Amino acid sequence: MEELLLSRWQFGITTIYHFLFVPLTLGLSLIVAILETTYVRTGNEMYKQQTKFWGKLFLINFAMGVVTGIVQEFHFGMNWSEYARFMGDIFGAPLALEALTAFYLESVFLGLWIFGWDRLSKRLHAASIWVVALATNLSAFWILTANSFMQSPVGYIINNGRAEMTDFVALITNPYVFNQFPHTVLSGLVTAGFFVLSISAFHLIRKTHVDFFRASFKLGLIWTAVSLFLLMGSGHTQTQFIAKAQPMKLAAAEALWETASPAPFAVAAIIDEQNKTNPVELKIPAMLSILANNNPNTPVKGIKDIEKEYIAKYGPGNYVPAVTPMFWSFRIMVAAGSAMMVLVLVAGFLWWRGQLEAKPWVLKAVLWSLPLPYIANSTGWFVTEGGRQPWIVFGLQKVGEAVSPSVGAISIWISLIGFTLVYALLAIAAVYLVQKLVWQGPVDTPAKANKPVAKGASLWS
Amino acid sequence: MELSILWFILLTVLFIGFFFLEGFDYGVGILLPFLGKNDTERRVVINTIGPVWDGNEVWMITAGGAMFAAFPHLYATLFSGFYLALFLMLMALIVRGVAFEFRSKDENPAWRGTWDWLIFVGSAIPALLWGVAVTNLIQGVPINAKMQYVGTFFDLLSPYTLVGGIAFLLVFTFHGALYLTLKTEGELMERARSAAVKVGVLTAVFCLVLVGLTYTHTDLFASTGAGIALWGAVALFVGSYGCVYGRQYGFGFILSSLTVALTTIAFFWGLFPRLMVSSINPAWSLTITNAASSSYTLSIMTMAALALVPLVLVYQGWVYWIFRKRVNAKNLEY
Repeated sequence: MEELLLSRWQFGITTIYHFLFVPLTLGLSLIVAILETTYVRTGNEMYKQQTKFWGKLFLINFAMGVVTGIVQEFHFGMNWSEYARFMGDIFGAPLALEALTAFYLESVFLGLWIFGWDRLSKRLHAASIWVVALATNLSAFWILTANSFMQSPVGYIINNGRAEMTDFVALITNPYVFNQFPHTVLSGLVTAGFFVLSISAFHLIRKTHVDFFRASFKLGLIWTAVSLFLLMGSGHTQTQFIAKAQPMKLAAAEALWETASPAPFAVAAIIDEQNKTNPVELKIPAMLSILANNNPNTPVKGIKDIEKEYIAKYGPGNYVPAVTPMFWSFRIMVAAGSAMMVLVLVAGFLWWRGQLEAKPWVLKAVLWSLPLPYIANSTGWFVTEGGRQPWIVFGLQKVGEAVSPSVGAISIWISLIGFTLVYALLAIAAVYLVQKLVWQGPVDTPAKANKPVAKGASLWS
Repeated sequence: MELSILWFILLTVLFIGFFFLEGFDYGVGILLPFLGKNDTERRVVINTIGPVWDGNEVWMITAGGAMFAAFPHLYATLFSGFYLALFLMLMALIVRGVAFEFRSKDENPAWRGTWDWLIFVGSAIPALLWGVAVTNLIQGVPINAKMQYVGTFFDLLSPYTLVGGIAFLLVFTFHGALYLTLKTEGELMERARSAAVKVGVLTAVFCLVLVGLTYTHTDLFASTGAGIALWGAVALFVGSYGCVYGRQYGFGFILSSLTVALTTIAFFWGLFPRLMVSSINPAWSLTITNAASSSYTLSIMTMAALALVPLVLVYQGWVYWIFRKRVNAKNLEY
C-alpha cells in the first residue's frame, strides 16, 4: 500500500506544480497576442515594447509549463499502468489529439514567434502568437475532456474488463467539460490579468517606466475585472451542475453530513469526520439551497444519504472523500477570488478617480496579492480531484486499483525525491529570472522620462 | 488493412519523425560544449536548433500519446516496466527544455556554463536511453502472463542494450554534426565537419558491433525485410560518412537522415507483429492484437492522424524553410 500512497503524492506534487504555470500560459498568451495586434494596428512602438516585455515573462513561464507537462503525459503509464490499461481507449484518444491539434501548433509557431521578428511581416508575426494562444487554450479543452470522463463517464461500454469508447461525440460534448472548460480557461485569464496588475503595480510604486506600466495596469484592470466577473459566474453554474452530477463532491465541499431542506451554508466549521458531524458551525440559513438550486426551499443531499446510495449501488466500501480539506479548499478558493475582486474594484475606482498612484498602499496590496490566483487555482483543482475520491474514474475504477503493480516503493521514492528536488531548483531559477526581468523593466525605454539637460551640467550628473 | 497494422505503421512513422528530428537536435546538444569555444559560438550552436527543437520534441510526445491511444497495454507495460529509465529521461528532458530558455537570460558565465552543461547532459541521456529501450524491446524483457514487467532496472542493462544505447548516442551525434555543417559557417562549420569525421569512425565500429549482436541476441534477422533495412542503414551511414569527408554536406545529411529512418524501420519491422518481446515466454509478448485499443477508438484515431499528420508536416516544413539560412553571430535570440 506504500506504493499507492507514494504514487498519489507524486501525482499530486507533479500536477499541482504543472498547474502553477499552465493558467498563466493560457491567459498571458492571449494578452501578448492582443498587445502585438495593437502594435501592428496602431504602429505605436510602446506596444511593441509591451509585447516584448510581457512576452519574455511569458516564455519563461511557458518553458516551465512545457517541461512539467511532459511528466504529466508519461506518468499515467509509469505510476498508473492499470488505469492506462483500463482507460487507454478513452483517455489516450484526447491525449493524442491534444498533441496532434495543439502541441505541434503551439511549439512550432512559438519558435517562429521567438526567432521570427526580423524574418516575418508584422502581421504574420502577430498571427503566429495568436496561433500559440489559441492552440494553448485548445490543448486545455482536450485534457479537460479526458478529465471530464474521469469525473462523469459518457459514451462507453465495459468490455473484457476495460472501458471502451462507443461514442466520440458524446466524449467531447460531455456536459461536464462544458462546465469545467470555461471555469479553467477563465481562471487562466484572471491569473494572467492579476500577474500583469501586480508587476505593473511594482513599477508604479517605484515610479519607474510610469507611462509604460500605466498602460499595462489599465489593460490588466479591465482584463481582470471582466474575466473575474465571468469566472465567478462560471463557478456558480459549475457548482449547480456539480450538485446534480456529483452530489458527493458538493456535500463534501460543504461538509453537509445530513440531507437538509432548506440547506444552510457553513461559512466555517469544526469537522469531526470520525463521527460524521460538525460540532461547531457558523452558518447562513438556506444559503446552500439557494446556491445549489436558486431556491431556498429545495433539499440538498447530505453525505450520509449519498453514501448509503453508493453502498447500495457499488457494494460495501468507503465512498466519503476527505471532508475537512475539501471544505477548507473550497472556502480558500472562494475567499481568494473574492479578495481579488475587492482589490480590483478598489483599484479600479481609484483609477477612475485618478487617485491610484497617490495611494501606494493600494498598489502594494495588489503587488503582494500575486499569490492569490495561484492559491485559488490549486485549491480549486484539489476540490475537483479530491471530491472524486475514492474513484479514479467515477463509478468504474478506484484509485487503489489503478496503481502500477510492477513499480516498487523504492523506485517511487527515487522519482518522488528526484522530481521534487529538480522542481524546487527550477522554481528558484525561474523566480530569479522573472524578478530580474521585472526589475529591469522594458529594455529599450529609459526608467525615468528624460529631463532636459541644463546647460553646462556635468556629463556625470 | 487491419487498423492495428495501420497503427503499427503510424507508430513507426512517428518514431522515424522523432528520431530524425530530435536525433539531430540531441546531437547538437551533445556537441555544444565541444564545438562552441566561447559564449558567442555556443549561442550560434544553440540557435541552429532554437526555433525548431520544441516542435521536434512534440514528435516524441505524439508517439507517447499514440501509444496510449492505440496500444494502451504497450504504454502501460513499457512505461511502468522501464520506470527508472524513464524517470531519468524525464529529468533530462525537463532540464534540457528549461536550459534552452533560461541560459541566455543572464550574463553570468557560471549561470550560462551550468545550463550549457545541462543541455549536454539533457541531450546525451535521452539519446542513450532510447537506444537502450529500443534494443530491449526486441531482445525481450521479463514480461509475465498478465503483461506485467517482472524485472528490475538493472535487467534492462546488458552488453547488447548498452551497445544499442551507445550506438544510438553516436549516430545522433554524427547526425547532429552534419546538421551543424549545414547551419553554421566558417570555422564552426569546419569544426562540425571534423567532429563528424572523428565521431563517425567510432559510430561505424559500434554500429557493426550492434548489427553483430543483433544477429546473436535477437530474431530480427528472421525477417528478411528487417535484415535488409538494418544492413541498408549501415550502407547509408558509410555513404554519409563519405559525403561529409568529401564536404558534400547536403547529401551527407540526407544520407544520415535516411540512416536514422532505416534503423528505426529495421527495429520495428523486426518486432512486427510484436510490440514488446517477453523473454520468459514468447506467448506472453505484447502484440498489435493483444495490446490494441478497440476498433472504434482506432478508427477515430486513424481519421485524426491521417488528416492532421500531413498538415503538421506542411507547417513544420514551412518553419524550417523560413529559418533555412545559416546562423551567425548576428541576430542571436539565445
